[in-house]
Amino acid sequence: MALSDILNIAGSGMNAQVVRMNTTASNLANAGVVSTTEAGAFRARRPVFEAILSSISGGADQGGVRVTEIISDGSSPKRVFEPTNPASDEEGYVYASNVNEVAELIEMLDASRAYQNNVEVVTATRNLLSSTLEVLKTR
Amino acid sequence: MSILGKYESYLGFSQAALDIKARRVQVISENIINASTPNYRAKDINFEKILGDRLKQAELNDHASVNTKISSREVQASMFYRIPLSPSVDNNTVEIGVEQAKFGQATSDYQASLQFFEGKVSSLFKAIRGE
Repeated sequence: MALSDILNIAGSGMNAQVVRMNTTASNLANAGVVSTTEAGAFRARRPVFEAILSSISGGADQGGVRVTEIISDGSSPKRVFEPTNPASDEEGYVYASNVNEVAELIEMLDASRAYQNNVEVVTATRNLLSSTLEVLKTR
Repeated sequence: MSILGKYESYLGFSQAALDIKARRVQVISENIINASTPNYRAKDINFEKILGDRLKQAELNDHASVNTKISSREVQASMFYRIPLSPSVDNNTVEIGVEQAKFGQATSDYQASLQFFEGKVSSLFKAIRGE
């Protein structure tokens, strides 16, 4: 039945957006982490979404969205001169994370917007379902 | 025709209408939840095409009664991709404002069909009670 499928579809969307919010929170929390080596520096992470095609759009499954993988941001970490830092190398440098705080905040806004859109879909669908059920109420 | 068959021909049209409208709500909600999926292309159901095909079919059959049920294959054949107003970097063609507007339209279309159905059901109740 199409209407109850929508609730599951919106659920998968909400789930995907929560994963996105989680990675954003983790990126922001680790923005200040420094490392002695370049390889050990924290890199911003991003989930990759993939659409699941439903049977009416030519797919086999119920439809929705899934997170296929979480990739690391490829940009190289900044090398900062901080000789007092206990993590600094023999030349006095540390490698800071490559997290871009502004980009993360935008990402967070976009994710919460998308989540709200899914909530709206659920609310509208729930109203449709309940008014459908009320058709046969004794009058 | 049995009594159940009569009900079916009386309510069958409403059933088909509700079904196609619920499917459209589903397709648009899929677009909304895939608003941040790379390479996803927004799609929609072209109800006009389904109706046109049905009318042509009815003409060929000399207006003999046609089956009102709409198959998934027919829905799939009528689907089209939306043409985006502006291109995006990740090839995603979902424009959330457009989809929200279409979603609102689709839900009120569903409610309109539901009201027609409700009218039919309540006149059926009246006929049964003999009011």
